[in-house]
Amino acid sequence: MMARHRPLFLERRSYRRRRLRDAARLLPLLGAFLLLLPLLWSGDGGGDGAGTARDGLYLFAVWCGLVLVCAVLSVGLSRDGDDAESGGETR
Amino acid sequence: MPFNLLVLICLAYVAMLFTVAFLAERRAAVGRIGWLRAPVVYTLSLSIYCTAWTFYGAVGYAARSGLEFVTIYLGPTLVFVGWWWVLRKLVRIGRQQRVTSIADLISSRFGKSNILGVVVTLIAVIAATPYIALQLQSVTLSFAVFASGTPEGWALPNRDATAIWVAGGLALFTILFGTRNLDAKEQHHGVVLAIAVEAVVKLVALLAVGAFVVWGVAGGVQDVFARIEASPAAGWALRPDRWVGMIAVSGAAVICLPRMFQVMVVEGGEDRHLALASWAFPAYLMGMSLFILPIAVIGLERMPAGSNPDMFVLTLPLAEGQGGLAMLAFLGGFSSATSMVIVESIALATMVSNHIVMPLWLRLAPKAAMTGDVRRIVLLARRLSIIGVLGLGYFYYRLSGGSAALAAMGLIAFAGVAQVLPVLLGGIFWRGATKAGAVAGLVTGFAVWAYTLLLPFFGPGAALPQAVYDHGLFGLHWLRPLALFGIVGMDPLVHAIFWSVALNTAAFCLGSLLTFPGPVERMQGAAFVNVFDADAAGPQGWARGRAEPEALLMMAQRILGEEAALALFETEARAQGKAGYLPDATPDFVAGLERRLAGSVGAATSHAMISQIVGRATVSVEDLMAVANETAQIMEYSAQLEAQREELSRTAGALREANEKLTQLSVQKDAFLSQISHELRTPMTSIRAFSEILTEGDLPPEQVAQYGRIIHDEAIRLTRLLDDLLDLSVLENGSVQLNLSLVNLQSLIDRALAAAQHTRPERGFTVQRDLAAETLFLRTDGDRLVQVFINLISNARKYCDAAEPSLTITVRQRAGRVHVDFTDNGSGIAKQNQAIIFEKFARLTDESRAGGAGLGLAICREVMANLGGQVVYLPGRGGAAFRVTLPLRMGQKVA
Repeated sequence: MMARHRPLFLERRSYRRRRLRDAARLLPLLGAFLLLLPLLWSGDGGGDGAGTARDGLYLFAVWCGLVLVCAVLSVGLSRDGDDAESGGETR
Repeated sequence: MPFNLLVLICLAYVAMLFTVAFLAERRAAVGRIGWLRAPVVYTLSLSIYCTAWTFYGAVGYAARSGLEFVTIYLGPTLVFVGWWWVLRKLVRIGRQQRVTSIADLISSRFGKSNILGVVVTLIAVIAATPYIALQLQSVTLSFAVFASGTPEGWALPNRDATAIWVAGGLALFTILFGTRNLDAKEQHHGVVLAIAVEAVVKLVALLAVGAFVVWGVAGGVQDVFARIEASPAAGWALRPDRWVGMIAVSGAAVICLPRMFQVMVVEGGEDRHLALASWAFPAYLMGMSLFILPIAVIGLERMPAGSNPDMFVLTLPLAEGQGGLAMLAFLGGFSSATSMVIVESIALATMVSNHIVMPLWLRLAPKAAMTGDVRRIVLLARRLSIIGVLGLGYFYYRLSGGSAALAAMGLIAFAGVAQVLPVLLGGIFWRGATKAGAVAGLVTGFAVWAYTLLLPFFGPGAALPQAVYDHGLFGLHWLRPLALFGIVGMDPLVHAIFWSVALNTAAFCLGSLLTFPGPVERMQGAAFVNVFDADAAGPQGWARGRAEPEALLMMAQRILGEEAALALFETEARAQGKAGYLPDATPDFVAGLERRLAGSVGAATSHAMISQIVGRATVSVEDLMAVANETAQIMEYSAQLEAQREELSRTAGALREANEKLTQLSVQKDAFLSQISHELRTPMTSIRAFSEILTEGDLPPEQVAQYGRIIHDEAIRLTRLLDDLLDLSVLENGSVQLNLSLVNLQSLIDRALAAAQHTRPERGFTVQRDLAAETLFLRTDGDRLVQVFINLISNARKYCDAAEPSLTITVRQRAGRVHVDFTDNGSGIAKQNQAIIFEKFARLTDESRAGGAGLGLAICREVMANLGGQVVYLPGRGGAAFRVTLPLRMGQKVA
């Protein structure tokens, strides 16, 4: 039973590791998208200032989210760091 | 708050920073790096991104244009969150190629070209000068706030004096802690720890002021929201061009600013550092900007009209009667300014000395470069550069009169250094990027930046005549500095960033597509782009066996220092399976040495110096094929064969060496047997002869006495020989009784010198000592150690063949071990003999004038082995040189 499951487990782990790196690469793109989003709703409303506090809240929320997600990813990435050295980069 | 008290606290704070830096350096010097290299310290040191401009200026920025100030932090946040793309690769390249600065990285990538190093250095210096001036200005402004009784007045009696004191103090700190080591890879632990402390201070200060404003002045979060909505600061409009442009330019700046590159790549440089910094640094930035808008809004509300919003962080607590809080805020601003200036001037000084001073010096005095003390010259150049950079900043500050809004200058600097980004990214991701393209891109970008942003900043008619603004350069209408190609209506900053980066990138790409890279360039390109591949260091193409290892060692000693160079050569010799300090000059070793030297003097200079010894870098066809992707697989296979072959030949070499030694030993053994019989026989013969004469009797008493004396002397000689032999066998068995006690090294050397005076007393002999370094207490067997010293000193007295013989004794302490070097000025020991002098009965000269049996050095070696140390011959010192190494405290581990 164990013998049949073991290779599958290893394969899945290296697959997860690769996707973790993909996530780390995608995160800044998501961040850029979210941070550019205010351009859409602030462009026309400008001047009255009604949205400043709300915009600020939104920006800081996105910021917090980026920090948290990045923290989770970097813990995962540095855990597999040693294996990645020997495996080399796939590009 | 009294002004004198402020100065006092400020001085105490500076003294605290000196202490922190000093303690860190001392800790690192004894090898206890530990938490000095912790990821947390790395992350905190990155905070030099937040300068005084950020600390004071961000509030002013927010008061003028609302939320737009966050773009300055959002760019770096995106870059760090995306560390897997660029930063990780940069840091890896920095570590592998021993990069000393951003100019060095660019120069190294494009074939170790010094022109590129010079261009990047010039851009960096020109962009950084106003920025340093800005820091000096903010410190003097904040002093002025306290100097005047009321927050609105700016009457500091002598503002220039303040600035010059600050600049002088910073220069002192930077020179003290920034130019201790030559090798940029030997991190500046003191500086890094000091700026990490400052990072905490400025974050705490800003958060404290923010918390006071939100919960002390305003009525909590809800109230602040309401006030923001009602404030004039909320009357800003998000302008898409500025929003995108500033996020992009600040993201570029966080990579390209010389000081950021210094702490990010040069000082740090491990993946685990980046893994933490990737989220912790954005979190730090968020903390720094959390309360900016509330402070600005409340400041606009409470402070009298016309007060400077750039100083709200200070003036608001003062106006509310919170002197202590204002003091903390002042220290925060002071920290921001000082840490930025310190690191920036270290980074710029490294660039200036490595890319401008050193190449000039190499060209003007190539002889001196190969014989003189390079270390001292480089350090001197670096110290002068620090003074020069700070002097430029001060000069600029005086010139500009400290008038302009803080933020404008910072953004101009950002846009300036962002010109390096296209070449940097192209260099690490695109193998087709060439040197010509890089030069074209950098020069274009720099020119456009200067024309559209830097020169107009001084105002119409100042740097550029008014006619140029109206009708364009040379009367060409489409060349107006604020409306290139006739496009009017763009924000001047965005206009400049857009055109400079666009034209820069275009010139870079076009130049790269049209030109052909040189061989070194192609190899470096491959090494940089494929940095994560296993043997990414790439073939270096140094010809095999052309270099004399001893010449390389001597050059390396002058740049790295004797200790480091010897250690490097010894390690390599070990790896090659050889004993001693001189490895074979294999191409790999020479390439590694070049990289190591590059860590001190930059890639271009190091390359030039190595080629003076090895000859021109020869790039073989195989090397070029290795660069090409298509043949990589074939090459890998043959490279494996090659590696195996080299391994085999290395083993064969080691075997041959061992065999040679064995043969020599056997010859020596035979020689010894005849020697020992001879040595034993001569005294025996005379003892027998004289005792026979004595037994015959009938001799005058004085004759009897004389013969008796001869017999006695010969018997003593015999005993001494047998003693030595016995001593040696006891030592070799390790069954010797050691008499451990605390002894003073200086008195030991005194004793040894006194005892050795009897050897060839007729010769005048100079001894140079370093008494200060010798004052050292060792826990060891003093008598045995003196025995070794006497032997070495007597040998020098016996064999030194200089007309005016002299002996230098140097003492050094390294990581719990003591090195004592005995160096004379004679002709030294020939290379083929260096391996056997420590063997028993090895006597290099046949004449037995020395009177020993050749056991001295063998005994020394055994004694030192018993004392937990060793004695070795040091090659490349110009004379015979022996190094005695022993532990500072013996017996702690043994007993």
